[in-house]
Amino acid sequence: MSKVHSDIIEHNEKHPHLNIEKNNPDSKFPKVVLVGNPNVGKSLFFNYLSGVYVDVSNFPGTTVSITKGIYKKYSIYDTPGIYGVSSFNDEEKVALDIILDADIILNVVNSLHLERDIFLTQQLIEMGKKVTVILNFFDEVEKRKIKIKPDRLSELLGVEVITTSAIKKSGFDRLDFAIENARIGNQPKELHHILHETLNRVGSQAEALMILEGDTLVAERHGVQCGSPDEREIIYIERRNRVNEIVSEVEYEDSSRGKFLNLLGRLSLNPLSGIPILIIVLTILYFFIGDFVAQRVVNFTENTIGKGYVEYYMKSYIAKFTPSQISVNLLNGGDKVIETKNFIFDKSIDSDLSLYNEFKNYSRLPNAEVDFSFNNLLVRLFFGEFGIISMTVTYLIFLLLPLVIAFYFAMAMLEDSGYLPRLATMLDRVMTKIGLNGRAVIPIMLGFGCVTMATITTRLLGSEREKTIATAILQFVIPCSAQLAVIAVLMSSAGIAALLIYVSVIFIVLILLSTTLNKFLPGESTSLLIDLPMMRFPELDNVFKKTFFRTYGFMKEASLWFFVGALFVGLLDVTGMLLLFQDILAPITTIWLKLPKEAATAFVMGVVRRDFGAAGLFNLSLTSMQITVALITITLFVPCIASFMVMLNERGWKEGISIWLGTWFFAFLIGGIVAQIIL
Amino acid sequence: MKNSTLDKVKKGTYITITNLPTGILKVQLIRIGITEGSKVFCLERLPGGTIILQKNRQEIAIGYNLAKEINFQIV
Repeated sequence: MSKVHSDIIEHNEKHPHLNIEKNNPDSKFPKVVLVGNPNVGKSLFFNYLSGVYVDVSNFPGTTVSITKGIYKKYSIYDTPGIYGVSSFNDEEKVALDIILDADIILNVVNSLHLERDIFLTQQLIEMGKKVTVILNFFDEVEKRKIKIKPDRLSELLGVEVITTSAIKKSGFDRLDFAIENARIGNQPKELHHILHETLNRVGSQAEALMILEGDTLVAERHGVQCGSPDEREIIYIERRNRVNEIVSEVEYEDSSRGKFLNLLGRLSLNPLSGIPILIIVLTILYFFIGDFVAQRVVNFTENTIGKGYVEYYMKSYIAKFTPSQISVNLLNGGDKVIETKNFIFDKSIDSDLSLYNEFKNYSRLPNAEVDFSFNNLLVRLFFGEFGIISMTVTYLIFLLLPLVIAFYFAMAMLEDSGYLPRLATMLDRVMTKIGLNGRAVIPIMLGFGCVTMATITTRLLGSEREKTIATAILQFVIPCSAQLAVIAVLMSSAGIAALLIYVSVIFIVLILLSTTLNKFLPGESTSLLIDLPMMRFPELDNVFKKTFFRTYGFMKEASLWFFVGALFVGLLDVTGMLLLFQDILAPITTIWLKLPKEAATAFVMGVVRRDFGAAGLFNLSLTSMQITVALITITLFVPCIASFMVMLNERGWKEGISIWLGTWFFAFLIGGIVAQIIL
Repeated sequence: MKNSTLDKVKKGTYITITNLPTGILKVQLIRIGITEGSKVFCLERLPGGTIILQKNRQEIAIGYNLAKEINFQIV
């Protein structure tokens, strides 16, 4: 394998037309583009050729990024999984541009789904591109006693056909042959008559075909009228018939189905059996993410490593250069403070060595909680309680990172097993009632892990309308795992009645919010139309890689916004605005919500991090009904600063700010109503 | 043979698709392998009306609202 270059081009809605070749230094190399339906194993070929791994997705349409690498004297491009070439959605727009530019196309086909996949193949051939077909999963074909004749397929299509198994990596030695022997396939006779006129005007067969198929994007570029829907239909139906003929000639089967995995796949579709399966899946997820990672792992990383070592040494070091006051609390086993000592260093922490040593010994006792505060405003901005550097490091690396890894790992397992599309199907009808379709289960489920991560994932939904509804649900009602942990602790002391009130209120708000949005938002939501991939045991190798790349992508995207948010809150803190807010909120807190004045602090903290908000309630002595009111308000209240920033980025300023202000208003409105009733 | 919409299909029947909605939906259906004239099997009909069709080894889930726009005949 030759030297590897690669860069990831994030596709962005604002730039639907990617001009990759313009700033591409390797454009002298012929462009080899991997094209295929979702879940055909394209990315594994890309990985093999370029040595760089990309996201391989089992859920149709979860990625819109494109990856490029170099293999020998070719540039290799991967494209999102598509069922046909056009520009109906982001994935297709991205793929279309790359395909139009391609010199050679490696069309990866799932041997088990020839009838579906060859449709795209035939379209690529009709575009006049040099193509080689890769029949992937060929081992599965043999296992299932289906007979496919690759030679006959090659004859009918007029291009080379090679057979591979991406998982066993067999047939990969033929990829060089595949690239070198790519050629223009058999063109249907009628096509040239239809294309003739447009071809003379635009000069490329591929673009002429796109225009005739009614692709407005390509037509606009050439300033010509695109084909009518009728014309497109004629071309499509002709093509479909041709594909069906080809497939019936090359494939026949003498198999019987009925394996365990197929049965499981079938059972997970119907609510009767599907809901018990879902409960089992959720229970496993709970023990893995909610218990193991969110409690044990995060407790270790955040408190022991993050606060105990990283923040402690970072702040002690800073204290060498600036005056500081440090209070150290000794806790007993039940997290109650049993002793407090304050250390004041007027100049620097090591100017008075005996005091410094006393501090060092005392603060390193087990169960010691150390609180640094700095007088210098600038130091406070960077290293104080909400310090841009101190808080974000602990938060991002020691709290968020383990959770995000765990969530993406779990999602990758579910995706690669083929379970997720089935879950989407089972819940489709329920989701339609709230203006979404089954696909939206993914962002909603992710929301219980991290709302910020889930907000990014709303991209995969079919229309702007659905994205808005899903984002609003996430930002209003879904508590993230950090918040859930605190809620669980507080709830356990409040009793069963409190829990029931809490759950019902949140649930009612969810229903009201989503049905109202569904009713009043203009437009229509899309209906579910998904292909259910085969159920299979996930390839761990692939799952790990996918987890890594998604985690990396998320951290890259969210970290920036978290720093921006932290800067903003840090400024509020050092300018005294944070205290001002606490005073402004105080009347609402005491009269309307019937909570102690100090609870306002919890709300203000909630602006930064949702669990800060809930954790702020720990030290107040509240009755169980007060806890209920406080938790309802906190749950509905604004999402954390990182998810707010990500929402602004995803949904735009207008919508983002409306949702954000909406959460302020409704959190206090509903919290107050509940308070007036039960207190 | 009576023509009916796909939301009314019974589980376990072999059917022929006779009419699809127009526009982008039609294109998406044709690509995935469902055309006017395709013979498919109704594998499952979920409560609430989401339909699972099987065509050869391929399984396709179709939402209730989309199913209402597709016509079929029993084979």
